[in-house]
Amino acid sequence: MPRIRFRLNGVETDVDADPDRSLLDILRGPLRMTGPHFGCGANECGACNVIVGDRAVAACDTPLWSVADKDITTIEGLGTEHEPHPLQRAFIAEQALQCGYCVPGILMSAAALLMRNPKPTGEDVRASLDRNLCRCGSHNRMVRAVLRAAAEIEAR
Amino acid sequence: MTKLAPSPSARLLPVSLAANPVLSSWIRFSSEGHVSVSPGKVEIGQGIVTALSQIAADELDVDIGRVQMVRASTAGSPNEGVTSGSLSVQQSGRAVRQACAEIRQIFLAAASDRLGVGIDALDIKDGTISGPGNIRTSYWELAHEVSLDCDATPGAVPKLSTQRTLAGNSVQRLDIPDKVFAHPRFIHDCALPAMLHGRVLRSEMSAAKLTGMPEDGARAVAGLVAIVRDGNFAGVVSETEDGAEAALKALRKSAAWSSGETLPDEDRLAEWLQAQPSEPTVIDNKTASEAGEKKRTIRRQYTRPYLAHASIAPSCAMAQWTGDRIHVWTHSQGVYLLRADLALVLKLPVENITVEHMEGAGCYGHNAADDVALDAVLLAKAAAGRPVRVQWSREDEMSHAPFGAAMAIEIEADLDAQDEIVGWRHSIWSNGHAARPGRAAQPALLAATELAESFPRTISTNPPQANGGGADRNSVPLYDFPSWQIESHRLLTMPIRTSALRTLGAQGNVFAIESFLDELANERGEDPVDFRLRHLRDSRAQDVIRSVAKRANWKPDKQTGCGYGIGFARYKNTGAYCAVVAEVEGAEDINVKRLTIAVDVGEAINPDGVINQIEGGAIQATSWVLKERVRFDRQRITSSTWTAYPILRFSEVPEVQVELIQRPDMEPVGAGEAAHGPVTAAIANAVFDALGVRVRNLPITRDRLIAAMELTT
Repeated sequence: MPRIRFRLNGVETDVDADPDRSLLDILRGPLRMTGPHFGCGANECGACNVIVGDRAVAACDTPLWSVADKDITTIEGLGTEHEPHPLQRAFIAEQALQCGYCVPGILMSAAALLMRNPKPTGEDVRASLDRNLCRCGSHNRMVRAVLRAAAEIEAR
Repeated sequence: MTKLAPSPSARLLPVSLAANPVLSSWIRFSSEGHVSVSPGKVEIGQGIVTALSQIAADELDVDIGRVQMVRASTAGSPNEGVTSGSLSVQQSGRAVRQACAEIRQIFLAAASDRLGVGIDALDIKDGTISGPGNIRTSYWELAHEVSLDCDATPGAVPKLSTQRTLAGNSVQRLDIPDKVFAHPRFIHDCALPAMLHGRVLRSEMSAAKLTGMPEDGARAVAGLVAIVRDGNFAGVVSETEDGAEAALKALRKSAAWSSGETLPDEDRLAEWLQAQPSEPTVIDNKTASEAGEKKRTIRRQYTRPYLAHASIAPSCAMAQWTGDRIHVWTHSQGVYLLRADLALVLKLPVENITVEHMEGAGCYGHNAADDVALDAVLLAKAAAGRPVRVQWSREDEMSHAPFGAAMAIEIEADLDAQDEIVGWRHSIWSNGHAARPGRAAQPALLAATELAESFPRTISTNPPQANGGGADRNSVPLYDFPSWQIESHRLLTMPIRTSALRTLGAQGNVFAIESFLDELANERGEDPVDFRLRHLRDSRAQDVIRSVAKRANWKPDKQTGCGYGIGFARYKNTGAYCAVVAEVEGAEDINVKRLTIAVDVGEAINPDGVINQIEGGAIQATSWVLKERVRFDRQRITSSTWTAYPILRFSEVPEVQVELIQRPDMEPVGAGEAAHGPVTAAIANAVFDALGVRVRNLPITRDRLIAAMELTT
């Protein structure tokens, strides 16, 4: 099998796997990166979203071959407790979740939005999160958190 | 320190503590300056772990950072049944508070002995017990000489609300950092050493029989460990997750199934519900002392469809056999109840089974969490002592997990010459709303119905009225109508599997009652808020309605295409009070613009946590009302993807404003299910206000609006 190389959270990574396997399988399986969550396996819920290049994509619907030589960021690469991304700080400040299973995917969609559009409106945020499902009903808090993070980045 | 005389109510132990009286089963002090709190309730995204930490830290006078919450396990946790019914704070919270109050007294007595001063001269700050002249000790210093292996007694009196420093404050949730930094906390993200992966084969046809299963294809998949078959139960075990998926795919391709059970016609649900054999129960009867004279009777029927729990995570479990002992890791809402059912299926004594909780995604009631645990246990039999992790597919989650039961509700009101209500009859036709494990002589787990030595499918029942009832939940009006008769018909057939979904029957009943009240107020030309207030005696009920009306500027001027509606309920008639004003707009597709809510949960331990629960419940209810309906043809559930079972998206979510009426001296009650019924009714009433069309069959989709319009004209 061909080795496929990519940069995962800034680290050069290569995988020896069937190129048609999904990126989510590879991340959660051999790479033991469990931040991206399995929700549906059909690009319908956004729980597994990661950033490839500068776009949020559903890792469950992204074949491994398509990320060759690309930059991939998962929730694990977004920030840490010691160096949190403004979005992570904002989600804590706004207590923007209930169960939190959808949150890694939502954070990655939001991070991709802020890369493209550092000053989004509430409507921009809702539009960019529209393919992410949340079942607990934490949507409004999440939108507030994304706007809070944008304001924090802007104020830097 | 002020000593308080025990109040009469404090002489009774809280129900969870009475059932699990040993103090050390709830609270332990470790030598490292920590206190372990071990509740029987589990975190399901409702924030209970944080609220209980607040209660314990407050009562013991320790910093909340010292509190370590222990996950529930049958290996030692108090048995608090199931985490459901908005009872976690009410039951676990009161037990923890009472246990901590007594433990505080026990330690003060021990400190008094050691330090040689009276208890009254001692004070506790962050676990350090000090007295005059700089004498001091601590919980941890005393821990090895104070035994908590004793039963709680009813004498201890918890602090007054004014003496608490944490309860009543919006402490940040303890589990949120892990979740935003993606530290493995969900069961889905944990791996045990040498763990294998399992998948279960299920037909999309309801209750179909497995007639053939050639194994060649699955055997050829790399990493296969075992193919398991026991009657109609079949599955695979593999070294890897994708190996298990591939083997399952091969098995699915080769498997042959008989036809299954016939499902009802989804477009004639009310007729079907009313035509089934059923068990009728009179829920309540009220006879007027002076019966008013009936001039006419108005009768309406309301329905709600089957609803899916539709957790964002498919259910998952791990299991490992050691000889004839089994250890199960699960996101079940009741570890002891699951253990009881596993014992029935496995024919093992419960002592051989350990069930340990790990967090899953929000479940919103009895979903497939328990089912997948038995799946893992059965597949792990073929794993030679290695642990097996099983995860359901999205499709299985949406079609094989229990659903919230469909309901048909008929209400009749007798009106006098002034159109005042003189009689009220409320009848419900529905499957039972509970078939949770651990409560019957037969197991309620899916795979148990599939084994060669199979158990019959549990026909859902309804919890007793003392526990809030099931289909009948919230069917007895809180309004002071002079007479009423409430009855419930529980179906004795169950082609579509039902069990507890958030609020059980309350969402349907509150939708029906509050819609009908709106219709009656409209008949009289009376404002619906005034109409409700006039029929309510309970001042807390009046307060939430007045508060929400004020906050929403009731009633804003009429604008084309816009409408406002109100809904109210006290959850279970004993829990949280909640009143909602909905603002909607639209013509063909309804958009809920804003929900204004007033809520009273008694003492709010964590106000922001309560608001978060109410907001979430309101948004979920909006999703139910506008979009959700389990779809099926005559053989199978067809709404098995997010496309076929759409839920509310970010761009469709209303603004939600919550006003919390604080009552620190009232018993705390849960908030998780308070909003669903009132929100449902408020939206339906607002749709009528906007369009003059009364939608009595949920969900309020374009098709249902058109059907209702045709009925109106």
